[in-house]
Amino acid sequence: MAVDEYNGGPDTVQRATATPQELQPYAELGLKDDEYERIREILGRRPTQSELAMYSIMWSEHCSYKSSKVHLRQFGEKAPPSDRLLAGIGENAGVIQISDDLAVTFKVESHNHPSYVEPYQGAATGVGGIVRDILAMGARPVAVMDPLRFGAADHEDTARVLPGVVAGIGGYGNSLGLPNIGGEVVFDPCYQGNPLVNALCVGVLPVDRLQNKAAAGAGNIVVLMGAKTGRDGIGGVSVLASATFDDESEQRRPSVQVGDPFMEKLLIEACLELYDAKLVVGIQDLGGAGLTCALTETAAAAGTGMTVALERVPLREPSMAPHEILASESQERMLLIVEPAQLHAVLAIAEKWGVIATAIGEVTPPGPDGLPGRLTIDWRGHTVVDVPPGSLADDGPVYARPVREPADRILLQADRAETLPRPSTPEALRETLLRMVASPNLCDKTWVTEQYDRHVLGNTVLAQPEDSGVIRIDERSGLGVALSVDGNGRFARLDPYQGAKLALAEAYRNVAVTGARPLAVTNCLNFGSPEDPSVMWQFAEAVRGLADGCAELGIPVTGGNVSFYNQTGAAAIHPTPVVGVLGVLDDVTQRVPMGFPARANPDGDIIFLLGETRVELSGSEWAWVTHEHLGGVPPRVDLPRERTLATVLAEAARVGHLSAAHDLSDGGLAQALVEACLRNGIGARVALPEEQTAGSMPFAYLFSESAGRALVAVPHGQEKAFTALCSEHGLPWTALGVTDPNGGVLEIRDQFTIGLSELREAYTSTLPKLFGTGA
Amino acid sequence: MSARIGVVTFPGSLDDGDAARGVRLAGGEAVRLWHADPDLHSVDAVILPGGFSYGDYLRGGAIARFAPVMESIAQAARDGMPVLGICNGFQILCEAHLLPGALTRNEHLHFRNRDQWLRIEAVQPVWTNAFAASQEVLIPVKHGEGRYVADQRTLEELEANGQVVARYINGNPNGSLNDIAAISNAAGNVVGIMPHPEHAVEALTGPSIDGLAFFTSVLKHLAGAGAQA
Repeated sequence: MAVDEYNGGPDTVQRATATPQELQPYAELGLKDDEYERIREILGRRPTQSELAMYSIMWSEHCSYKSSKVHLRQFGEKAPPSDRLLAGIGENAGVIQISDDLAVTFKVESHNHPSYVEPYQGAATGVGGIVRDILAMGARPVAVMDPLRFGAADHEDTARVLPGVVAGIGGYGNSLGLPNIGGEVVFDPCYQGNPLVNALCVGVLPVDRLQNKAAAGAGNIVVLMGAKTGRDGIGGVSVLASATFDDESEQRRPSVQVGDPFMEKLLIEACLELYDAKLVVGIQDLGGAGLTCALTETAAAAGTGMTVALERVPLREPSMAPHEILASESQERMLLIVEPAQLHAVLAIAEKWGVIATAIGEVTPPGPDGLPGRLTIDWRGHTVVDVPPGSLADDGPVYARPVREPADRILLQADRAETLPRPSTPEALRETLLRMVASPNLCDKTWVTEQYDRHVLGNTVLAQPEDSGVIRIDERSGLGVALSVDGNGRFARLDPYQGAKLALAEAYRNVAVTGARPLAVTNCLNFGSPEDPSVMWQFAEAVRGLADGCAELGIPVTGGNVSFYNQTGAAAIHPTPVVGVLGVLDDVTQRVPMGFPARANPDGDIIFLLGETRVELSGSEWAWVTHEHLGGVPPRVDLPRERTLATVLAEAARVGHLSAAHDLSDGGLAQALVEACLRNGIGARVALPEEQTAGSMPFAYLFSESAGRALVAVPHGQEKAFTALCSEHGLPWTALGVTDPNGGVLEIRDQFTIGLSELREAYTSTLPKLFGTGA
Repeated sequence: MSARIGVVTFPGSLDDGDAARGVRLAGGEAVRLWHADPDLHSVDAVILPGGFSYGDYLRGGAIARFAPVMESIAQAARDGMPVLGICNGFQILCEAHLLPGALTRNEHLHFRNRDQWLRIEAVQPVWTNAFAASQEVLIPVKHGEGRYVADQRTLEELEANGQVVARYINGNPNGSLNDIAAISNAAGNVVGIMPHPEHAVEALTGPSIDGLAFFTSVLKHLAGAGAQA
């Protein structure tokens, strides 16, 4: 609903004081009765129309984290101490020092709701938003990744949403010149109507270029730089991301922002030049809640006040009212705080890059009594806003919402997939393998990833389908980072505490198999409505699991994002914590790829399975693909074991024991073998351990999804040293067989043999069949 | 003294740093040129890199051809200076009429990034003289508008004059006519190529190091030209 225009000009502070009884549409803007009362208390009067718009946005779920705050505190409280963390939770993104002079910053965010309403622009601006978060820390963005979740692969709406989302991510990220190095593509009917479009960005900065958002220094100038402000995206976060979808969702399209990646590219270059010239005191990107968020957060962070002349904001639509200007979520804008003496130099750099920059206000001192300053906003000579900025930015409502364990949990956990009928003959096993590798979640994702540029910047060492993306940071030293982002909504549905730990363990392991040392964690917590106690219970459990897991692994959460209301009617998505882990490689030339290596001589490398395989089929891809079954308890997670595995992998990579290493997760050992073979077209001859050969044991060994495992290939002559290393650390290992560079088949002895061409056909044809082959 | 190879940065250029790296790895000196500056700063050759110059919202390269630096480059190209346009650079060279034909939207309408096999069809141009005749090379493609089109007569002339510099093999990624991946002007000093040689210059980051020979070719050519002078 639109707020009505007032007769005779804007609703001013003076007018608000004079008309205390005027009815205001706070409920339509999403504010509860008591929240509205609190605003009146804070201001000592009714809010103006602009103020009401500002509070409604800043106190929305998306901006205020009002339902999640009480839980998210654990990330800080349980985090292991780290002297590498230069900026943490609460900043635009966490910053981790990785060498004497370099730091990296990374974060994952959701853009779920806009991407359902308008897939191309929703996904595109999701990339744009996270890139600006990274930029605001002083970093040059160097890579992106996109964990994506859609409804059933063959649902007609997936055919609308997926191609648009993928094209939007490519269209924006490719135009920014950022390599897309990884991510996920997952299908599950629970995401029908609520696709999850998460976006991760990583950036690099010299340690001394770290920026912050504080609007420090009375008298400093507030500069708005970037695109003009338009009516797009008004109330995007408060309207879209803080409510569930209903029949009116179609009418919300104007709430979706429209992206201009060219402008963002110019903004990146202009900001980096400003940083290097040391012309910036404080900086904040404009994302959700637009100017409102940037003005209040920068002022609140410094404890200063601010005066803004709103009519100076360059507009696309001259008729925009003050509350619209304040609420607009037009993309590609940054707010800068600069010293008056530097203003000219700042404007000159903006002009060099063809970016509009405008002085719109000034920082004012804190109150005489030591209290924080006030934010006053004028529009054409009228004061339309006069607020304590902290009341919007920091002191929003906080709810300890009721939690209740879902009533169906006991039944769900009792319905174990381990009791389902399993294939027990070699023929049935062979058929199962082909069916599994062709299933939408396990099949080749090239249809998606070849729409992304993975080469630009020339530092991409590994990219999808590798377990992690690996980016070279320093061309001279070879210093680099590895990044993986993972989640498993089915495991989290069965047990959100363990599910969150499993997502963490998988991302950690994916980083470790490249030989990198995992250092830090980011997360995007995708859930249903927080007003549903059972969803809130899932959320609380997942956060507890992730916080505990990070403490056990000794790596801190450095930032993240919560997306609630991924729900249509009463049906919520599976709780889906998506976890990103960043690791460091001192020398990226030592990175270990996932595929079995080609060899000039016919001798194969020796294939080992690290870790222990238990019969764990509940929540597995097999249970879903062959039985449409979801029940039982997820695989056991043993984080100390994951640490050991990572230690062994890093040490083995450093001394050159590993020619390949591949994480075991969805689809188990069978899937890992297929992927390791197909990556370089190298066959393998494998024999299952003797105790795993009877009845349906071969099936369980091949398809169980036990955590804490990796498949590695070790060159001839190094196997003794490698197994000694494993034993020294108490890491169980099993010699499975050898790679067969000229064989062209995957052979599971006494079970079956499949030609790689047949495997490749099954693995690669699914997505082109569903979404079109192109030319 | 190593040759000075200019790499132009337009607003929206993305692979400019990569092209400069390719030059350096080949042993040349990369000189960054700015779109708004018509001065070519005494470079011996110019590379127009990949990207989306000025956003390319109208048509790839349609705005960039009017950049101040392009006037100087067009004149230098007509006087024989080696010019290589990669991806967006190829589009710009076509828009500037330094090369015939046009790059249109990929036939399948998607942006496509894959490691692509090419056959080098002409080794007399200054940018390919370090290749063996008919050498097959693996170089990434990544573009949404890379389908080379020209009228029939132009195509026949290109083929007859040996101006088709490289052709896609083992699959055509965009529907280019005659599988054309790269062409040259009649003199052979101006080459446009849709795939990205600068992304195949290091074994660590590329599918091959086949791309390096484009950069060594021009250095070889310039060294020869210097020896003659």
